[in-house]
Amino acid sequence: MASYNTNEFRSGLKLMLDGDPCVIIENEFVKPGKGQAFNRVKLRNLKTGRVLEKTFKSGESVEAADVMERDLAYLYTDGEFWYFMDNETYEQYQADANAMGEAVKWIKEQDVCNVTLWNGQPIVVEAPNFVVLEITETDPGLKGDTSGGGGKPATLETGAVVRVPLFVQTGEKIKVDTRSGEYVSRAKDD
Amino acid sequence: MDRRRHLDDWRPGASLETLRARARLLARIRAFFAARGVLEVETPLAGISFGTDPAIEPLRTRFTGPGHARGLDLYLQSSPEFFMKRLLAAGSGPIWQLGKAFRNGEAGPRHNPEFTLLEWYRPGFDDAALMDEVAALVCAALEQDLPVEHCAYAALFRTHLGIDPLEADAEGLRDCALAHDVLGAEGLVLDRDGWLDLLMSTLIEPLLGRDGLTFVTDYPASQASLARLAPDGRTAARFELYWQGMELANGFHELSDATEQAQRFEQENCRRRSAGQAPMPVDDALLAALEHGLPDCAGVALGIDRLLMCQLGLDDIDQVLAFSLARL
Repeated sequence: MASYNTNEFRSGLKLMLDGDPCVIIENEFVKPGKGQAFNRVKLRNLKTGRVLEKTFKSGESVEAADVMERDLAYLYTDGEFWYFMDNETYEQYQADANAMGEAVKWIKEQDVCNVTLWNGQPIVVEAPNFVVLEITETDPGLKGDTSGGGGKPATLETGAVVRVPLFVQTGEKIKVDTRSGEYVSRAKDD
Repeated sequence: MDRRRHLDDWRPGASLETLRARARLLARIRAFFAARGVLEVETPLAGISFGTDPAIEPLRTRFTGPGHARGLDLYLQSSPEFFMKRLLAAGSGPIWQLGKAFRNGEAGPRHNPEFTLLEWYRPGFDDAALMDEVAALVCAALEQDLPVEHCAYAALFRTHLGIDPLEADAEGLRDCALAHDVLGAEGLVLDRDGWLDLLMSTLIEPLLGRDGLTFVTDYPASQASLARLAPDGRTAARFELYWQGMELANGFHELSDATEQAQRFEQENCRRRSAGQAPMPVDDALLAALEHGLPDCAGVALGIDRLLMCQLGLDDIDQVLAFSLARL
């Protein structure tokens, strides 16, 4: 099994810790003048997103995590799994709700998502930073109000609810920043 | 290592202002010892033997030439200690040296494999007298009056961690690390001194020297290194200097007994072998010099790069070196 010596540690390196794949955020070499050397490492658990710290004896080896990132196109969901395809190899992958996380709120068929694969299985699916979605329901705004002040909730075709300016109406397409979950602008019809 | 990532990598890590501060620091150190009548010496950087401390690994090189057609393995010295003790045994009187020292495997914000070490020896001094001189040297070199405090190693552990480092066993020290949230400690396999080092470097060191110079004294006998032991055998006449949470210097009331020195070399080489490290060639010339007679003396080594970091408030050794490992 592949492993990394502490001397190979650097940010971005992926390791297995307590059964979960983790990525190194920071690596600090700590050593008294006459004594044992340690590596104090800050990592992010790739499954849970949680940040943790670990201390290793310098010179030890740690199991490598077989983790890679791919751009995959979203195909469909059967309610239990979400299916993706690599547009170059046509290889298909299924992600569970845990791996989907927030992405379920934003993606439509054919959207290309950054997917983290661990041992070939999706563990994290990231929606594209910006998506264009149609408003399926929102209160009619006051006529003539184009300032955008205040705002109102709008339900999108994926089921997500975002705050939109009062002048935006049901049936319109809007651009949303998926990282903040905020309305960006009206989308022009292509 | 990723080399030459940026076009600007040819530039020094230290600013020109920092290089000028370094030059001033070195000039004041020279003046300090000149005024006190301590002799400046130079000893070899490359030697045929090396210290046996399992925590220090050598950088090696090889001489091939007259007398050594098949090559002679040389070790870049991690300290000029053994050569300087041979000078002391030869009757040099008080001596000091400013030079490069080398350690394999050490690189980070506080470590560079090649660093500048100030080392000096004082016949007739004990560790207490030498600590006073270290404080005086630092204050003179920085042209700054700093408050000085002394704390015994065991007292620090009792105060900050509620544990006696001279009595606790490995299991007790491990529990202490877990109780104080040293993260990831549950997965570590360490011996007693390894646990002490972990507690010291992660929980105590950051608190030391916040208001001035802090000398940590009376190290456990198991961490005596080259210091003589106290009469009760529990602690060693070893001290370390900390400032701003940074370890700056290590000093001893020097062990002068050749037999005990030979035993310590042997014990450390045993530990090296059991840890899968290569044993080091023992310095027979040093043992012969001790046999001849080392004057009763105290000695200390002080890291100049770190002193400069503290003086200038810099947090990466790359910022005080012209060219650190990453810029070679």
